[in-house]
Amino acid sequence: MAAHLKKRVYEEFTKVVQQQQEEIATKKLRLTKPSKSAALHIDLCKATSPADALQYLLQFARKPVEAESVEGVVRILLEHYYKENDPSVRLKIASLLGLLSKTTGFSPDCIMDDAINILQNEKSHQVLAQLLDTLLAIGTKLPENQAIQMRLVDVACQHLTDTSHGVRNKCLQLLGNLGSLEKSVTKDAEGLATRDVQKIIGDYFSDQDPRVRTAAIKAMLQLHERGLKLHQTIYNQACKLLSDDYEQVRSAAVQLIWVVSQLYPESIVPIPSSNEEIRLVDDAFGKICHMVSDGSWVVRVQAAKLLGSMEQVSSHFLEQTLDKKLMSDLRRKRTAHERAKELYSSGEFSSGRKWGDDAPKEEVDTGAVNLIESGACGAFVHGLEDEMYEVRIAAVEALCMLAQSSPSFAEKCLDFLVDMFNDEIEEVRLQSIHTMRKISNNITLREDQLDTVLAVLEDSSRDIREALHELLCCTNVSTKEGIHLALVELLKNLTKYPTDRDSIWKCLKFLGSRHPTLVLPLVPELLSTHPFFDTAEPDMDDPAYIAVLVLIFNAAKTCPTMPALFSDHTFRHYAYLRDSLSHLVPALRLPGRKLVSSAVSPSIISQEDPSQQFLQQSLERVYSLQHLDPQGAQELLEFTIRDLQRLGELQSELAGVADFSATYLRCQLLLIKALQEKLWNVAAPLYLKQSDLASAAAKQIMEETYKMEFMYSGVENKQVVIIHHMRLQAKALQLIVTARTTRGLDPLFGMCEKFLQEVDFFQRYFITDLPHLQDSFVDKLLDLMPRLMTSKPAEVVKILQTTLRQSAFLHLPLPEQIHKASATIIEPAGESDNPLRFTSGLVVALDVDATLEHVQDPQNTVKVQVLYPDGQAQMIHPKPADFRNPGPGRHRLITQVYLSHTAWTEPCQVEVRLLLSYNSSARIPKCPWMEGGEVSPQVETSIEGTIPFSKPVKVYIMPKPARR
Amino acid sequence: MPEIRVTPLGAGQDVGRSCILVSIAGKNVMLDCGMHMGFNDDRRFPDFSYITQNGRLTDFLDCVIISHFHLDHCGALPYFSEMVGYDGPIYMTHPTQAICPILLEDYRKIAVDKKGEANFFTSQMIKDCMKKVVAVHLHQTVQVDDELEIKAYYAGHVLGAAMFQIKVGSESVVYTGDYNMTPDRHLGAAWIDKCRPNLLITESTYATTIRDSKRCRERDFLKKVHETVEHGGKVLIPVFALGRAQELCILLETFWERMNLKVPIYFSTGLTEKANHYYKLFIPWTNQKIRKTFVQRNMFEFKHIKAFDRAFADNPGPMVVFATPGMLHAGQSLQIFRKWAGNEKNMVIMPGYCVQGTVGHKILSGQRKLEMEGRQVLEVKMQVEYMSFSAHADAKGIMQLVGQAEPENVLLVHGEAKKMEFLKQKIEQELRVSCYMPANGETVTLPTSLSIPVGISLGLLKREMAQGLLPEAKKPRLLHGTLIMKDSNFRLVSSEQALKELGLAEHQLRFTCRVHLHDTRKEQETALRVYSHLKSILKEHCVQHLPDGSVTVESILIQAAAPSEDPGTKVLLVSWTYQVRGGPRPTELSSDVTTPPCPTLPTSLPLP
Repeated sequence: MAAHLKKRVYEEFTKVVQQQQEEIATKKLRLTKPSKSAALHIDLCKATSPADALQYLLQFARKPVEAESVEGVVRILLEHYYKENDPSVRLKIASLLGLLSKTTGFSPDCIMDDAINILQNEKSHQVLAQLLDTLLAIGTKLPENQAIQMRLVDVACQHLTDTSHGVRNKCLQLLGNLGSLEKSVTKDAEGLATRDVQKIIGDYFSDQDPRVRTAAIKAMLQLHERGLKLHQTIYNQACKLLSDDYEQVRSAAVQLIWVVSQLYPESIVPIPSSNEEIRLVDDAFGKICHMVSDGSWVVRVQAAKLLGSMEQVSSHFLEQTLDKKLMSDLRRKRTAHERAKELYSSGEFSSGRKWGDDAPKEEVDTGAVNLIESGACGAFVHGLEDEMYEVRIAAVEALCMLAQSSPSFAEKCLDFLVDMFNDEIEEVRLQSIHTMRKISNNITLREDQLDTVLAVLEDSSRDIREALHELLCCTNVSTKEGIHLALVELLKNLTKYPTDRDSIWKCLKFLGSRHPTLVLPLVPELLSTHPFFDTAEPDMDDPAYIAVLVLIFNAAKTCPTMPALFSDHTFRHYAYLRDSLSHLVPALRLPGRKLVSSAVSPSIISQEDPSQQFLQQSLERVYSLQHLDPQGAQELLEFTIRDLQRLGELQSELAGVADFSATYLRCQLLLIKALQEKLWNVAAPLYLKQSDLASAAAKQIMEETYKMEFMYSGVENKQVVIIHHMRLQAKALQLIVTARTTRGLDPLFGMCEKFLQEVDFFQRYFITDLPHLQDSFVDKLLDLMPRLMTSKPAEVVKILQTTLRQSAFLHLPLPEQIHKASATIIEPAGESDNPLRFTSGLVVALDVDATLEHVQDPQNTVKVQVLYPDGQAQMIHPKPADFRNPGPGRHRLITQVYLSHTAWTEPCQVEVRLLLSYNSSARIPKCPWMEGGEVSPQVETSIEGTIPFSKPVKVYIMPKPARR
Repeated sequence: MPEIRVTPLGAGQDVGRSCILVSIAGKNVMLDCGMHMGFNDDRRFPDFSYITQNGRLTDFLDCVIISHFHLDHCGALPYFSEMVGYDGPIYMTHPTQAICPILLEDYRKIAVDKKGEANFFTSQMIKDCMKKVVAVHLHQTVQVDDELEIKAYYAGHVLGAAMFQIKVGSESVVYTGDYNMTPDRHLGAAWIDKCRPNLLITESTYATTIRDSKRCRERDFLKKVHETVEHGGKVLIPVFALGRAQELCILLETFWERMNLKVPIYFSTGLTEKANHYYKLFIPWTNQKIRKTFVQRNMFEFKHIKAFDRAFADNPGPMVVFATPGMLHAGQSLQIFRKWAGNEKNMVIMPGYCVQGTVGHKILSGQRKLEMEGRQVLEVKMQVEYMSFSAHADAKGIMQLVGQAEPENVLLVHGEAKKMEFLKQKIEQELRVSCYMPANGETVTLPTSLSIPVGISLGLLKREMAQGLLPEAKKPRLLHGTLIMKDSNFRLVSSEQALKELGLAEHQLRFTCRVHLHDTRKEQETALRVYSHLKSILKEHCVQHLPDGSVTVESILIQAAAPSEDPGTKVLLVSWTYQVRGGPRPTELSSDVTTPPCPTLPTSLPLP
């Protein structure tokens, strides 16, 4: 039997050896790969017709080629190129040459001569163009080699006169990418005639083919991008192109004008047909503004986008963009905006009820009216009411950028932005609300504008409403009526959409703290207090009442006179809200009350340092773990963990670090405890039951390590090593426990083998970190590796057990920034007693709304889990579009979960929770031999396990049997 | 001299009765065939007898084009085709073809049934007339006959409105009809490419107006409706059945959707339902938003807007009602108005202009007590609002379109003379384009330059292009070729091909000149000296010494000969063909030969 077993063991282990041989075999394969060129050669020789050859080439192009074999392949290809008569095959070869020369690690200068050579003899225009493309690839690969660049530029110049637009296009592209303005710098370049690339490209601005004109402009832009300074003379040429017949030319020309205007903003250009002169940037601005009413929407989008980045333009021109001189029957008319402003300043509310309210007043001098302004007049007015929403969005973005740099412009464009809140496309509305928020520091809303803004609160789209709440958080309101209006509208919103509760409360918090003096006169009215009579105490659970209180308490924070206006129950409610909604209600200095919280709050900042210190100290204390007896070590760990946990609760900034280290220590504690078990000394058959603790510990350590690895953002590689090391120890523990408890050795072979593989992987992945792991479990294990390989399982287990006991505790270096991922499900709230009824077998949609914090890549990792009472669990992958990103580190998941079940007799609760899925192999650097090959996408996205990271919410549901 | 003649029969310095005759390169086209709202006698239709006194119209007109379905553009069509008599093709877009007969029938009903007119066209005539219609798609080039072609461009304004380009050979005219350069809630903006016509005929309704942003108007409208409804009031919006009504419906519908409102909106039935049906069908003619979202939901399938029933007017609670007609002069809108006028919570919104004498005009001008039939006095307590939603291009828009099309001339129609005057002046000043504004019956004649197309072979063109080194896109350039006139078409071909086609042999013209050299050596040696000398000077040319003793420089041949009378002098024969390209000029050559080695030689040389 023993002999048989021994044989089996050897069999098992020889298998491992065989695997290694396999690896060698794969390496061998790589060595044989250069024969690719030979294979290609044979293939091409076999090809009887051009179509055949083309097929071979296409097949060949699908596989990657290694750097060392590129040259051989190129030679073969060139050889065939000379022989080939069919232009399509030559074309393919030329394109392959280009692709090959892009291979990393291959220096293409050796094939350049050949490429230029075949270029001179080529007749087909298409092949010529492709060859020039290849040369471009070669040239961009060798950016330092000036001589080659010069030579390529020369070649390009020679072919510029080609009759085919494709060839000219490529030549210009080549010039744009490789041409230089500097006169020959190096010696070897002196021999070649230096050319003024800009002049050459500029000549092709008037080419007869629009595609070539476009290419010329693009080449010029390319020159600019490469850091060469364009001449100012180009400006006039570019201006002429603005009236080109073709949209792509105009679109590129607009870009070029923008570039020149950024290069020479201050130089002076004359205005044609007059003696005046203006700054170039102003002139360019006017011209680009004119393009906002171009016939092609592509150009309009381009122009509107670029306007946003022209910050140097003078304010006089800038403000013209919002001005469109209205007239009616040749009489000057005021715009609705002007009228609204006037009504406001005259102290009257908008009446607007008379016909002819907008009747035109003064006569206009017919001679003075200019119908097509060359300047910037009304560019944004046009852009904002464009037919295509792409243009409108671009215009809104441009407005935003310009308003951010100019406060006076911000004030002026407000009316227009407010108007955009009523756009027919939601995206545009959202964009304009965001824009408004961004410029909100510069502006104060007038009452009539606020009115329009607030009207949007009734929008049925949640995104719009929430964006608007964000906007209100940071707007300045000028009057107390404005505050009142905002409050009334927000409360209306609250009754219409109760789900907006949190967002509205938050909004009122900021509104209150920004405008304490405006809220003050409103307080009696809002709290409905009366000087003589006591009024009824409002319902404390009413969200609307809470909303009012949030506004008032936040205003009261900076307004000490306000609490005097409160009635008794207000103080009581304050105490309650301060406890229950502490993030919304600040600590107040209330008369006659002890300020418990205010004593704490100012000292938080000064305490920060000691707590950091405390954290350090407690962690350092753990270093001495090794020298303590097991009992002492356990105690030390226990109270350190307790300290850390408490620290995390007290100091939210340190919560991540504290939790992280506590988890690690807990793993260690579990490990020590498991190893302390008496069971190790007892004979195997006796402790079947007792081993529960050890195996449970192993399982728990595994879980905790996964949490450490994937639930914290900011974990660096050095922590990952330690975590993996801990996991390896857990696996070893598991192996030992299994070895002890199971009889029969069959399962053990597999486990041993697997474990050794794990060790091997560990070594491979973290080879650079191994020196840091002195005296650790792995370190020792690796020393014993040769022995382990040859030992039989029982021996392996024994070795493992001793190593595990002897191994040192690894200190966990603390990462700089670490945050624990967390999630809260806002909806469903889990409070409802009304079951969700639906017919069994059909589905019911459950709205899930959750906030996620510090989750990296939530689109791929966050899942929703539904647990049915029968233990059935369902995992739902939310769509990537369901995640929004309201701020750094924060995400919002708004999705629908479909529930279904067979009929129940009673309503029952299902649990909904969020899971964080992980895949440990995705994080680890890829195995070296996999790098070149294709990694199948399934491997990347597969889920290895999940960690629940939100509190489960219970939802009451009731699938009814279907009626027949 | 070819010319384009334009005669407005209607809409010349006037709004209404659009009808314009255009003769272009011998083709006669009639643009629009409308009626005039202001007249009830013969003047309401254009005077078709102007076109031809006693001949048939069909013989004279090549085609009729209708730009859109408004009655002032198509109202006279059945009269013209059936009663006056025209059997040629009538072109219009698909939506116009669908909606036009509904409106004509409605117009006929009012004229015949209500006003009791005799001698008016009948329903059958409308049907017969519509049979002659040929529908066109946007941007589709339709060949009316071999030479005349027309093409439609999008014009906004109303569903199916189009601008037409009429083209004969190289001459072309663009007629805009009515158009709108700013998009609205259901239609996009007019667009035309740079077609550079000889003449652009444009409407000019708002020639002296620059309009405010439409967003303010929309916002005001929505705010007013919303506020009234919120306070429990009823809103009456009198509209005409087509065009603006749909825009306002969409506006309210989307607003209701956005704001989650539940208040009912009603639309008085009849004509509108049929029209809405067509609006649903012609989605490609609407604006970007509707086109993009109709797969999920057709915007014209209103969720919130329901058909109106007479009994609903008495229902309690807020509501919004669209009712016809638009000027509150009769019918359902007036009935509802009378019921609701007494309550100050209610509101009436007039979305357009009202003719003097109508109830609409009275309340807009602020009258609060109205006399109704039967000596009743109606006190108007409800709020009265005016909102202008107009779908014509304003002065800026007109200029923008002119700028887009880049015409040689502009002709203004469909507007008041005084306003046209202003716009004409502006167009001439700012765009430097000559502008005309003929009155009805007045003919404008535009001379056009005659252009004759000449075909050129691609090979020749490419060869000649390669000659010039720099690209000069728009500069005229000389090229060598032979013009062949054959069967009334012109072709430009290379001289070799011309010779081949005509079966002629090529004659080579060779010029020869003699240069006397004072040289006592043998001919061969002289030739050799000349050769080595030329070789040293003309480095970039190919100089060869042939075995027969002659020297060639490219195509120039040099031979040395010894005249018998004087052994001391040699004669150099320099000979060259007429066409020399790329080589040295023979004149230069002969002076080169003569200068340094043999200074004594005569230098007078005959030159070609």
